Amino acid sequence: MRSRLPVVLVLPAVVGLAFLLVPLAGLLIKAPWATLPAQLFSQEVGQALQLSLICASLATIVCLVLGVPLAWLLARSDLPGRGVLRALVTVPLVLPPVVGGVALLLVLGRRGVVGQYLDQWFGISLPFTTAGVVLAEAFVAMPFLVISVEGALRAADPRFEEAAATLGASRWLTFRRVTLPSVMPGVVAGTVLCWARALGEFGATITFAGNFPGKTTTMPLAVYLALETDPDAAIVLSIVLLLVSVAVLAGLRDKWISGPS
Amino acid sequence: MTLHAELRVQRASFSLDIDLSIEPGEVVALLGPNGAGKTTALRALAGLVPSDSRIHHNESTWDGLPAEKRPIGVVFQDYLLFAHMSALDNVAFGLRARGTRKAEANAVALQWLDQVGLADFAHVKPRTLSGGQAQRVALARALATAPELLLLDEPLAALDASTRLRVRSELGRHLADYPGHTLLVTHDPLDAMVLADRLVILEHGRVVQEGSPRDVVRQPRTDYVANLVGLNFYRGVADGTEVRLDDGGTLTIAEPADGPVHVVFPPAAVSLYPEKPAGSPRNTWQAVVTGIEPHAHTTRVDLDGSPAVLADITTATVAELRLQPGHALWVSLKATEIHTYPR
Repeated sequence: MRSRLPVVLVLPAVVGLAFLLVPLAGLLIKAPWATLPAQLFSQEVGQALQLSLICASLATIVCLVLGVPLAWLLARSDLPGRGVLRALVTVPLVLPPVVGGVALLLVLGRRGVVGQYLDQWFGISLPFTTAGVVLAEAFVAMPFLVISVEGALRAADPRFEEAAATLGASRWLTFRRVTLPSVMPGVVAGTVLCWARALGEFGATITFAGNFPGKTTTMPLAVYLALETDPDAAIVLSIVLLLVSVAVLAGLRDKWISGPS
Repeated sequence: MTLHAELRVQRASFSLDIDLSIEPGEVVALLGPNGAGKTTALRALAGLVPSDSRIHHNESTWDGLPAEKRPIGVVFQDYLLFAHMSALDNVAFGLRARGTRKAEANAVALQWLDQVGLADFAHVKPRTLSGGQAQRVALARALATAPELLLLDEPLAALDASTRLRVRSELGRHLADYPGHTLLVTHDPLDAMVLADRLVILEHGRVVQEGSPRDVVRQPRTDYVANLVGLNFYRGVADGTEVRLDDGGTLTIAEPADGPVHVVFPPAAVSLYPEKPAGSPRNTWQAVVTGIEPHAHTTRVDLDGSPAVLADITTATVAELRLQPGHALWVSLKATEIHTYPR
């Protein structure tokens, strides 16, 4: 028998646990279970949910297409200043999302650094559109993917790539047939994290894409709005997001949550 | 056509500078202690390390070509089979990468798997293969593209002793069939002696000795090689039948020689006596036991004297002499057992 656990540690631990779990429980307790099915299939919820899923998925695709090569560049190339680049890439991770939204607006807004040319030359305006939602989500979520894939790449043995080279494979073929399959678990984990982050995005989205139901009102925005007008709807929307989060955690259980047992 | 390579690799604490040439069908073993630069030489040939090397073959030069453009096949020390591909896809990979169509690549790959006796394992993932099987898949993968130069990096080091014997003889058979140039990198003298036509001994990034296995075994030129082949080895200056050894001591030899020589004799030629043996035309000198260890069927005794010497004696003699470190004994050696050759 070990001696008794010290109260100084146990007490704050229990309080901390309650602090994390009670609000979630509260969500379930206060849920309007009777009207829940009706709420869930109401038009607003359905619309927001659909928009959220589409935008988060599109943002994830953008992140995959751009983020995996970026991770490869950071992990494998002998670029000068790689460390600095790696740090810069992770800035959106710690940046308040609303600041990200402002930054996007300054660059891609109609009078923005890049946005004015998009508007002049192609007639494209990104802010306050569904495409803007995708961009805002991708901006915030991409570092999750890049970090996850880069970590996997750096852990992967580069000698397999050398073996592929001696067999006559170009770097692109090597990347596709050898490197990518070997870091697939990292890519999957990164994709799920990235998607979950995109799904929950609020600050950058509302700043850059605004709040137009059916166009830019994603779930988190709908929750915020509904809280004023229809608290029950807000709870239902929150429960949906909670379920998604739990599903993501369950999916990543082996990779991220379980410590050494 | 002979393949000529001048390999130069410069690193902060190490430089490699060797010239190699390999005839078609010849197996050259690069043998040396750890850190001698064997693997670096192999990597320079493969184009996997930046180097100022010159490699000529068939009037074409490989200088500056990246690995994927060189006509090479490499068997790596731990094989580096692609874990997510079947054995067949591993073997077909090189052909596919060089533009062969899938059906044809698979057919050739299957032929190669058949040649190494693994046709039944074509659709198996590498992790389910035994060490010996994985080695054969790696060999098939390296040979499937019909490379001009086959590079083997410690191809048997990852195998256990019993598998090793069988895989070594199989490897020897495949190498005999292979018409291209082969370079085998190893630190195991037995692998080198059995598999290679010629040995190149590397120490500190330089070639210290080169020759047929037979010549190298009979006439080592460095302490490393002498140790490898298990001979007592000295440098000295001969004057008729007397050799004055550089590190002290004088030996009488049977065949007269002159000038700087290497001196070798097998440890089994050395006898040990508790008293000075009287009245024989032998070399005798006093020495102190510094180490005793079992060696094959005999006991190897390490003695410090002038000169220091290794002796292989029977276990019966060990018991009779009650050998212990620190014991002073008389060493005796017949002049006819000593072999000298010019430095």
